Amino acid sequence: MALTKEQMAQRIARELKDGYYVNLGIGIPTLVANYVPKGMNVVFQSENGILGMGPFPYEGEEDADLINAGKQTVTLLPGSSIFDSSTSFAMIRGQHVQLTVLGAMEVTDTGDIANWKIPGKMVKGMGGAMDLVASAENIIVAMMHANKAGESKLLKHCTLPLTGVRCVKKVVTDLGAFDITPEGFRLLERAPGVTVEEIKARTEGRLVVGGEVPEMVV
Amino acid sequence: MNKIVKSADEALDGLRDGMTLMVGGFGLCGIPEKSIAALVRKGVKGLTCISNNAGVDDFGLGLLLQTRQIKKMISSYVGENAEFERQLLSGELQVDLVPQGTLAERCRAGGAGIPAFFTPAGYGTEVAEGKETREFNGKMYVLEEWLRADFALVKAWKGDRFGNLVYKRTARNFNPMMAMAGKITVAEVEQLVDPSELDPDEIHTPGIFVNRIFQGTDYEKRIEQRTTRKRN
Repeated sequence: MALTKEQMAQRIARELKDGYYVNLGIGIPTLVANYVPKGMNVVFQSENGILGMGPFPYEGEEDADLINAGKQTVTLLPGSSIFDSSTSFAMIRGQHVQLTVLGAMEVTDTGDIANWKIPGKMVKGMGGAMDLVASAENIIVAMMHANKAGESKLLKHCTLPLTGVRCVKKVVTDLGAFDITPEGFRLLERAPGVTVEEIKARTEGRLVVGGEVPEMVV
Repeated sequence: MNKIVKSADEALDGLRDGMTLMVGGFGLCGIPEKSIAALVRKGVKGLTCISNNAGVDDFGLGLLLQTRQIKKMISSYVGENAEFERQLLSGELQVDLVPQGTLAERCRAGGAGIPAFFTPAGYGTEVAEGKETREFNGKMYVLEEWLRADFALVKAWKGDRFGNLVYKRTARNFNPMMAMAGKITVAEVEQLVDPSELDPDEIHTPGIFVNRIFQGTDYEKRIEQRTTRKRN
Protein backbone atom coordinates (compact mmCIF):
# COMPACT_ATOMS: atom_id res chain seq x y z
CA MET A 1 0.00 0.00 0.00
CA ALA A 2 1.37 3.36 -0.98
CA LEU A 3 1.52 5.93 1.81
CA THR A 4 -1.22 8.50 2.23
CA LYS A 5 -0.23 12.15 2.38
CA GLU A 6 -0.77 12.05 6.14
CA GLN A 7 1.57 9.05 6.44
CA MET A 8 4.21 10.81 4.34
CA ALA A 9 3.99 13.75 6.74
CA GLN A 10 4.25 11.37 9.70
CA ARG A 11 7.39 9.84 8.24
CA ILE A 12 8.97 13.26 7.65
CA ALA A 13 8.10 14.29 11.21
CA ARG A 14 10.55 11.59 12.38
CA GLU A 15 13.34 13.80 10.98
CA LEU A 16 12.49 16.55 13.46
CA LYS A 17 14.80 17.10 16.40
CA ASP A 18 14.33 18.99 19.62
CA GLY A 19 15.25 22.66 19.20
CA TYR A 20 14.92 22.67 15.41
CA TYR A 21 13.72 25.73 13.52
CA VAL A 22 11.70 24.40 10.58
CA ASN A 23 10.21 25.91 7.42
CA LEU A 24 7.34 23.95 5.90
CA GLY A 25 6.19 24.50 2.33
CA ILE A 26 2.60 24.43 1.09
CA GLY A 27 0.77 21.11 0.64
CA ILE A 28 2.00 17.83 2.17
CA PRO A 29 4.84 19.63 4.04
CA THR A 30 2.29 21.69 5.99
CA LEU A 31 0.86 18.45 7.43
CA VAL A 32 4.17 17.69 9.15
CA ALA A 33 3.25 20.22 11.85
CA ASN A 34 0.50 17.83 12.98
CA TYR A 35 2.99 15.09 13.89
CA VAL A 36 5.58 16.79 16.10
CA PRO A 37 6.36 14.18 18.80
CA LYS A 38 4.96 15.05 22.22
CA GLY A 39 7.44 16.88 24.42
CA MET A 40 9.60 17.95 21.48
CA ASN A 41 10.15 21.66 20.94
CA VAL A 42 10.15 22.62 17.30
CA VAL A 43 9.70 26.21 16.12
CA PHE A 44 8.01 26.78 12.76
CA GLN A 45 9.19 29.63 10.58
CA SER A 46 6.93 31.21 7.99
CA GLU A 47 8.85 33.24 5.44
CA ASN A 48 6.41 36.13 5.47
CA GLY A 49 7.75 36.91 8.93
CA ILE A 50 6.90 34.54 11.77
CA LEU A 51 8.90 32.36 14.14
CA GLY A 52 6.69 30.33 16.42
CA MET A 53 3.70 29.95 14.14
CA GLY A 54 0.76 28.20 15.77
CA PRO A 55 -2.31 26.37 14.44
CA PHE A 56 -5.24 27.94 12.59
CA PRO A 57 -7.31 30.28 14.81
CA TYR A 58 -10.65 29.29 16.29
CA GLU A 59 -13.61 30.43 14.23
CA GLY A 60 -14.25 34.10 14.89
CA GLU A 61 -10.66 34.77 16.00
CA GLU A 62 -9.12 35.20 12.55
CA ASP A 63 -6.81 38.20 12.26
CA ALA A 64 -6.28 39.63 8.75
CA ASP A 65 -2.89 40.89 9.94
CA LEU A 66 -1.69 37.42 10.88
CA ILE A 67 -1.21 35.01 8.01
CA ASN A 68 1.29 32.37 6.91
CA ALA A 69 3.19 32.16 3.63
CA GLY A 70 0.19 30.39 2.07
CA LYS A 71 -1.90 33.47 2.99
CA GLN A 72 -3.90 31.39 5.50
CA THR A 73 -4.95 32.84 8.84
CA VAL A 74 -2.79 31.43 11.65
CA THR A 75 -1.97 32.09 15.31
CA LEU A 76 1.16 32.79 17.34
CA LEU A 77 2.54 30.57 20.10
CA PRO A 78 4.21 31.84 23.29
CA GLY A 79 7.78 32.87 22.47
CA SER A 80 6.96 33.75 18.89
CA SER A 81 8.40 36.73 17.06
CA ILE A 82 7.50 38.80 14.02
CA PHE A 83 9.95 40.33 11.56
CA ASP A 84 10.19 41.77 8.07
CA SER A 85 10.81 39.82 4.86
CA SER A 86 14.48 40.79 4.67
CA THR A 87 15.15 39.47 8.18
CA SER A 88 13.14 36.37 7.38
CA PHE A 89 15.33 35.50 4.41
CA ALA A 90 18.44 36.37 6.41
CA MET A 91 17.38 33.49 8.68
CA ILE A 92 16.96 31.25 5.65
CA ARG A 93 20.05 32.28 3.65
CA GLY A 94 22.14 32.50 6.80
CA GLN A 95 21.34 28.84 7.53
CA HIS A 96 19.69 29.51 10.86
CA VAL A 97 16.74 27.32 9.87
CA GLN A 98 17.69 23.67 10.38
CA LEU A 99 15.13 21.92 8.24
CA THR A 100 13.13 22.83 5.15
CA VAL A 101 10.38 20.57 3.84
CA LEU A 102 8.90 21.33 0.45
CA GLY A 103 7.01 19.80 -2.41
CA ALA A 104 8.44 19.23 -5.88
CA MET A 105 7.48 18.29 -9.42
CA GLU A 106 10.86 16.65 -10.11
CA VAL A 107 13.99 15.72 -8.15
CA THR A 108 17.19 14.25 -9.57
CA ASP A 109 19.57 11.67 -8.12
CA THR A 110 22.08 14.50 -7.60
CA GLY A 111 19.64 16.61 -5.59
CA ASP A 112 18.46 19.07 -8.25
CA ILE A 113 14.89 20.19 -7.82
CA ALA A 114 12.20 21.64 -10.11
CA ASN A 115 9.04 22.91 -8.48
CA TRP A 116 8.07 26.34 -9.78
CA LYS A 117 7.32 26.44 -13.47
CA ILE A 118 5.77 24.33 -16.21
CA PRO A 119 6.54 25.74 -19.67
CA GLY A 120 3.38 26.51 -21.59
CA LYS A 121 1.32 26.92 -18.43
CA MET A 122 0.69 30.12 -16.52
CA VAL A 123 3.78 30.91 -14.47
CA LYS A 124 2.87 32.00 -10.98
CA GLY A 125 6.38 32.60 -9.68
CA MET A 126 8.87 30.95 -7.38
CA GLY A 127 7.94 32.79 -4.19
CA GLY A 128 10.58 31.90 -1.61
CA ALA A 129 11.41 28.45 -3.02
CA MET A 130 14.67 29.43 -4.72
CA ASP A 131 15.99 31.18 -1.61
CA LEU A 132 15.03 28.20 0.54
CA VAL A 133 16.63 25.52 -1.62
CA ALA A 134 19.78 27.53 -2.31
CA SER A 135 20.59 27.89 1.36
CA ALA A 136 19.00 25.29 3.59
CA GLU A 137 21.39 22.79 5.10
CA ASN A 138 18.78 20.07 5.19
CA ILE A 139 16.08 19.91 2.57
CA ILE A 140 13.50 17.15 2.49
CA VAL A 141 11.20 16.87 -0.48
CA ALA A 142 7.72 15.46 0.05
CA MET A 143 6.03 14.41 -3.19
CA MET A 144 4.23 11.61 -4.97
CA HIS A 145 6.59 9.15 -6.63
CA ALA A 146 4.95 9.57 -10.04
CA ASN A 147 3.20 12.45 -11.79
CA LYS A 148 -0.38 12.33 -12.98
CA ALA A 149 0.72 10.68 -16.23
CA GLY A 150 2.33 7.90 -14.16
CA GLU A 151 5.90 9.00 -14.97
CA SER A 152 8.62 8.89 -12.35
CA LYS A 153 9.39 12.18 -10.58
CA LEU A 154 12.72 10.79 -9.33
CA LEU A 155 14.91 11.42 -12.34
CA LYS A 156 18.43 11.56 -13.73
CA HIS A 157 17.85 15.06 -15.10
CA CYS A 158 15.01 17.50 -14.51
CA THR A 159 12.89 18.16 -17.59
CA LEU A 160 11.29 21.26 -16.03
CA PRO A 161 13.03 24.58 -15.24
CA LEU A 162 15.19 24.22 -12.14
CA THR A 163 14.52 25.77 -8.75
CA GLY A 164 17.92 24.80 -7.38
CA VAL A 165 20.86 22.50 -8.01
CA ARG A 166 22.43 19.81 -5.80
CA CYS A 167 20.47 20.82 -2.76
CA VAL A 168 17.90 18.15 -1.82
CA LYS A 169 19.12 15.74 0.89
CA LYS A 170 16.17 13.40 1.31
CA VAL A 171 12.97 12.50 -0.53
CA VAL A 172 9.85 10.96 0.96
CA THR A 173 7.31 9.72 -1.57
CA ASP A 174 4.22 7.57 -1.31
CA LEU A 175 6.43 4.56 -2.09
CA GLY A 176 9.42 5.08 0.19
CA ALA A 177 12.09 7.21 1.82
CA PHE A 178 15.36 7.98 0.03
CA ASP A 179 18.62 9.69 0.87
CA ILE A 180 20.39 11.50 -1.94
CA THR A 181 23.95 10.19 -2.05
CA PRO A 182 26.80 10.51 -4.56
CA GLU A 183 25.64 7.16 -5.98
CA GLY A 184 22.03 8.28 -6.39
CA PHE A 185 18.76 7.74 -4.50
CA ARG A 186 19.52 5.37 -1.61
CA LEU A 187 16.38 3.49 -0.64
CA LEU A 188 16.05 3.74 3.14
CA GLU A 189 12.57 2.36 3.74
CA ARG A 190 9.69 0.96 1.68
CA ALA A 191 6.05 1.90 2.17
CA PRO A 192 4.22 -1.04 3.78
CA GLY A 193 3.57 -3.74 1.18
CA VAL A 194 5.54 -2.00 -1.58
CA THR A 195 8.38 -4.13 -2.95
CA VAL A 196 11.90 -3.06 -3.86
CA GLU A 197 11.20 -4.26 -7.42
CA GLU A 198 8.18 -1.99 -7.68
CA ILE A 199 10.23 0.99 -6.50
CA LYS A 200 13.02 0.10 -8.92
CA ALA A 201 10.55 -0.07 -11.79
CA ARG A 202 9.06 3.30 -10.91
CA THR A 203 12.32 5.21 -10.31
CA GLU A 204 14.02 6.66 -13.38
CA GLY A 205 17.06 8.10 -11.57
CA ARG A 206 19.92 5.95 -10.21
CA LEU A 207 18.65 3.87 -7.31
CA VAL A 208 20.88 2.30 -4.67
CA VAL A 209 19.53 -0.65 -2.72
CA GLY A 210 21.87 -1.90 -0.03
CA GLY A 211 20.77 -5.25 1.47
CA GLU A 212 17.44 -5.69 3.21
CA VAL A 213 15.32 -2.56 3.00
CA PRO A 214 13.01 -2.30 6.00
CA GLU A 215 9.33 -1.57 5.73
CA MET A 216 8.37 1.85 7.00
CA VAL A 217 6.59 1.93 10.35
CA VAL A 218 3.66 4.32 10.10
CA MET B 1 8.70 68.31 11.91
CA ASN B 2 5.31 67.53 10.42
CA LYS B 3 4.94 65.05 7.55
CA ILE B 4 1.20 64.67 7.89
CA VAL B 5 -0.84 65.13 4.75
CA LYS B 6 -4.62 65.29 4.77
CA SER B 7 -5.43 62.54 2.31
CA ALA B 8 -4.12 59.76 0.12
CA ASP B 9 -4.67 62.00 -2.88
CA GLU B 10 -2.46 64.73 -1.42
CA ALA B 11 0.13 62.10 -0.49
CA LEU B 12 0.49 61.08 -4.14
CA ASP B 13 1.20 64.63 -5.34
CA GLY B 14 3.90 64.47 -8.03
CA LEU B 15 3.28 60.84 -8.92
CA ARG B 16 3.27 60.71 -12.72
CA ASP B 17 2.80 58.32 -15.64
CA GLY B 18 5.65 55.85 -16.16
CA MET B 19 7.00 56.01 -12.62
CA THR B 20 8.33 53.06 -10.64
CA LEU B 21 6.47 52.30 -7.42
CA MET B 22 7.12 49.97 -4.53
CA VAL B 23 3.95 48.70 -2.92
CA GLY B 24 4.16 46.96 0.45
CA GLY B 25 2.27 43.85 1.51
CA PHE B 26 2.31 40.08 1.30
CA GLY B 27 -0.77 38.78 -0.46
CA LEU B 28 -3.45 41.17 0.75
CA CYS B 29 -1.86 41.48 4.20
CA GLY B 30 -0.35 44.87 4.96
CA ILE B 31 -1.13 46.46 1.60
CA PRO B 32 -1.57 50.25 1.34
CA GLU B 33 -5.30 50.06 0.53
CA LYS B 34 -5.89 53.79 0.58
CA SER B 35 -2.91 54.71 -1.61
CA ILE B 36 -3.93 52.07 -4.15
CA ALA B 37 -7.45 53.51 -4.24
CA ALA B 38 -5.96 56.98 -4.76
CA LEU B 39 -3.83 55.66 -7.65
CA VAL B 40 -7.01 54.40 -9.32
CA ARG B 41 -8.62 57.84 -8.86
CA LYS B 42 -5.52 59.59 -10.14
CA GLY B 43 -5.49 57.45 -13.27
CA VAL B 44 -1.70 57.48 -13.74
CA LYS B 45 -0.60 54.95 -16.34
CA GLY B 46 2.44 52.98 -17.48
CA LEU B 47 3.48 52.19 -13.92
CA THR B 48 6.16 49.71 -12.93
CA CYS B 49 5.11 48.14 -9.63
CA ILE B 50 7.52 46.34 -7.35
CA SER B 51 5.43 44.26 -4.99
CA ASN B 52 5.71 40.70 -3.71
CA ASN B 53 2.31 39.85 -5.20
CA ALA B 54 -0.17 41.39 -7.61
CA GLY B 55 -3.33 41.32 -5.52
CA VAL B 56 -6.51 39.51 -6.51
CA ASP B 57 -8.92 40.43 -9.32
CA ASP B 58 -10.90 42.99 -7.35
CA PHE B 59 -8.57 44.05 -4.54
CA GLY B 60 -5.02 45.21 -3.94
CA LEU B 61 -2.94 45.80 -7.06
CA GLY B 62 -5.58 43.85 -8.99
CA LEU B 63 -7.56 47.11 -9.03
CA LEU B 64 -4.76 48.81 -10.99
CA LEU B 65 -4.58 45.87 -13.38
CA GLN B 66 -8.29 46.17 -14.12
CA THR B 67 -7.76 49.80 -15.11
CA ARG B 68 -4.61 48.89 -17.13
CA GLN B 69 -2.45 51.31 -15.17
CA ILE B 70 0.41 48.86 -14.69
CA LYS B 71 2.92 48.26 -17.46
CA LYS B 72 5.28 45.99 -15.55
CA MET B 73 5.27 43.98 -12.32
CA ILE B 74 8.35 42.94 -10.39
CA SER B 75 7.16 40.23 -7.99
CA SER B 76 7.95 36.81 -6.53
CA TYR B 77 4.50 35.23 -6.84
CA VAL B 78 1.58 36.36 -8.95
CA GLY B 79 -1.00 33.57 -8.74
CA GLU B 80 -4.59 34.14 -7.61
CA ASN B 81 -5.32 36.73 -10.27
CA ALA B 82 -7.16 35.89 -13.52
CA GLU B 83 -6.91 39.39 -14.99
CA PHE B 84 -3.17 39.34 -14.40
CA GLU B 85 -2.92 36.06 -16.29
CA ARG B 86 -4.95 37.40 -19.19
CA GLN B 87 -2.81 40.55 -19.54
CA LEU B 88 0.40 38.56 -19.25
CA LEU B 89 -0.58 36.03 -21.92
CA SER B 90 -1.79 38.79 -24.26
CA GLY B 91 1.49 40.68 -23.87
CA GLU B 92 -0.10 43.79 -22.35
CA LEU B 93 1.82 43.30 -19.13
CA GLN B 94 5.50 42.58 -18.50
CA VAL B 95 6.58 40.57 -15.49
CA ASP B 96 9.91 40.08 -13.80
CA LEU B 97 9.78 37.16 -11.38
CA VAL B 98 12.31 37.46 -8.57
CA PRO B 99 12.95 35.01 -5.71
CA GLN B 100 11.22 36.38 -2.63
CA GLY B 101 14.32 36.76 -0.47
CA THR B 102 16.18 38.38 -3.35
CA LEU B 103 13.29 40.80 -3.86
CA ALA B 104 13.32 41.77 -0.17
CA GLU B 105 17.08 42.21 -0.16
CA ARG B 106 17.10 44.21 -3.40
CA CYS B 107 14.67 46.66 -1.80
CA ARG B 108 16.72 46.79 1.38
CA ALA B 109 19.90 47.32 -0.68
CA GLY B 110 18.22 50.15 -2.57
CA GLY B 111 17.39 51.88 0.67
CA ALA B 112 20.78 51.17 2.22
CA GLY B 113 22.90 52.45 -0.68
CA ILE B 114 24.27 49.06 -1.71
CA PRO B 115 24.08 48.78 -5.52
CA ALA B 116 24.46 45.00 -5.70
CA PHE B 117 25.07 41.89 -3.61
CA PHE B 118 25.71 38.19 -4.09
CA THR B 119 23.03 35.65 -3.15
CA PRO B 120 22.91 31.88 -3.62
CA ALA B 121 19.23 32.00 -4.63
CA GLY B 122 18.64 31.07 -8.24
CA TYR B 123 22.16 29.86 -9.01
CA GLY B 124 21.98 27.25 -11.79
CA THR B 125 18.45 28.33 -12.77
CA GLU B 126 17.04 30.70 -15.38
CA VAL B 127 16.99 33.45 -12.74
CA ALA B 128 20.80 33.57 -12.98
CA GLU B 129 20.91 33.77 -16.78
CA GLY B 130 22.94 36.76 -17.96
CA LYS B 131 24.03 37.64 -14.44
CA GLU B 132 27.52 37.58 -12.98
CA THR B 133 28.21 34.59 -10.74
CA ARG B 134 31.09 34.08 -8.34
CA GLU B 135 32.39 31.43 -6.00
CA PHE B 136 32.86 32.16 -2.30
CA ASN B 137 34.09 29.39 0.00
CA GLY B 138 33.29 26.73 -2.56
CA LYS B 139 29.72 27.81 -3.17
CA MET B 140 28.31 29.71 -6.15
CA TYR B 141 26.46 33.00 -5.86
CA VAL B 142 24.56 35.30 -8.23
CA LEU B 143 25.02 39.08 -8.41
CA GLU B 144 21.72 40.89 -7.90
CA GLU B 145 21.19 44.63 -8.13
CA TRP B 146 19.36 47.02 -5.85
CA LEU B 147 15.83 48.26 -6.49
CA ARG B 148 14.74 51.83 -5.90
CA ALA B 149 11.46 53.56 -6.56
CA ASP B 150 10.10 57.01 -7.35
CA PHE B 151 7.39 56.40 -4.78
CA ALA B 152 7.21 53.73 -2.07
CA LEU B 153 3.69 53.14 -0.76
CA VAL B 154 3.62 51.42 2.61
CA LYS B 155 1.06 50.61 5.26
CA ALA B 156 1.63 50.59 9.01
CA TRP B 157 -0.49 50.16 12.11
CA LYS B 158 0.60 53.28 13.98
CA GLY B 159 2.64 56.29 13.05
CA ASP B 160 3.38 59.83 14.17
CA ARG B 161 4.02 63.18 12.50
CA PHE B 162 7.77 62.44 12.35
CA GLY B 163 7.00 59.45 10.11
CA ASN B 164 7.93 56.86 12.73
CA LEU B 165 6.08 53.63 12.02
CA VAL B 166 4.98 50.54 13.93
CA TYR B 167 3.56 47.60 12.00
CA LYS B 168 1.17 44.95 13.25
CA ARG B 169 1.87 41.20 13.05
CA THR B 170 2.67 39.87 9.58
CA ALA B 171 1.38 43.06 7.97
CA ARG B 172 5.02 44.17 8.37
CA ASN B 173 6.48 41.94 5.60
CA PHE B 174 7.98 44.07 2.77
CA ASN B 175 6.87 47.44 4.14
CA PRO B 176 10.03 48.34 6.13
CA MET B 177 12.46 47.71 3.25
CA MET B 178 10.25 49.47 0.73
CA ALA B 179 9.90 52.44 3.04
CA MET B 180 13.69 52.76 2.88
CA ALA B 181 13.92 52.54 -0.91
CA GLY B 182 11.47 55.20 -2.09
CA LYS B 183 12.61 58.65 -3.26
CA ILE B 184 9.27 59.67 -1.80
CA THR B 185 7.85 57.29 0.76
CA VAL B 186 4.18 57.55 1.57
CA ALA B 187 3.01 55.80 4.73
CA GLU B 188 -0.63 55.23 5.49
CA VAL B 189 -1.51 54.25 9.04
CA GLU B 190 -4.54 53.02 10.91
CA GLN B 191 -3.72 55.27 13.83
CA LEU B 192 -1.91 58.56 13.61
CA VAL B 193 -0.78 59.20 17.17
CA ASP B 194 1.10 61.81 19.17
CA PRO B 195 4.87 61.12 19.11
CA SER B 196 4.79 60.64 22.88
CA GLU B 197 2.62 57.57 22.38
CA LEU B 198 5.27 55.65 20.45
CA ASP B 199 8.12 54.10 22.43
CA PRO B 200 11.40 54.93 20.61
CA ASP B 201 12.62 51.42 21.44
CA GLU B 202 9.74 49.90 19.56
CA ILE B 203 9.75 51.87 16.30
CA HIS B 204 10.06 49.53 13.31
CA THR B 205 10.66 52.17 10.62
CA PRO B 206 12.42 55.33 11.84
CA GLY B 207 10.78 58.47 10.49
CA ILE B 208 13.80 59.46 8.38
CA PHE B 209 12.63 57.02 5.71
CA VAL B 210 9.11 58.46 5.49
CA ASN B 211 8.22 61.67 3.62
CA ARG B 212 4.45 61.80 3.88
CA ILE B 213 2.06 60.18 6.32
CA PHE B 214 -1.72 60.05 6.56
CA GLN B 215 -4.35 58.18 8.49
CA GLY B 216 -6.68 55.91 6.53
CA THR B 217 -10.16 54.96 7.67
CA ASP B 218 -12.40 51.95 7.15
CA TYR B 219 -9.70 49.46 6.28
CA GLU B 220 -11.17 46.44 4.55
CA LYS B 221 -8.22 44.11 5.35
CA ARG B 222 -9.55 41.33 3.20
CA ILE B 223 -8.52 37.78 4.14
CA GLU B 224 -7.37 35.64 1.21
CA GLN B 225 -7.52 32.22 2.85
CA ARG B 226 -9.74 32.13 5.91
CA THR B 227 -8.60 28.99 7.74
CA THR B 228 -9.89 28.05 11.19
CA ARG B 229 -10.16 25.10 13.55
CA LYS B 230 -13.15 23.98 15.52
CA ARG B 231 -13.33 24.38 19.27
CA ASN B 232 -13.35 21.03 21.03
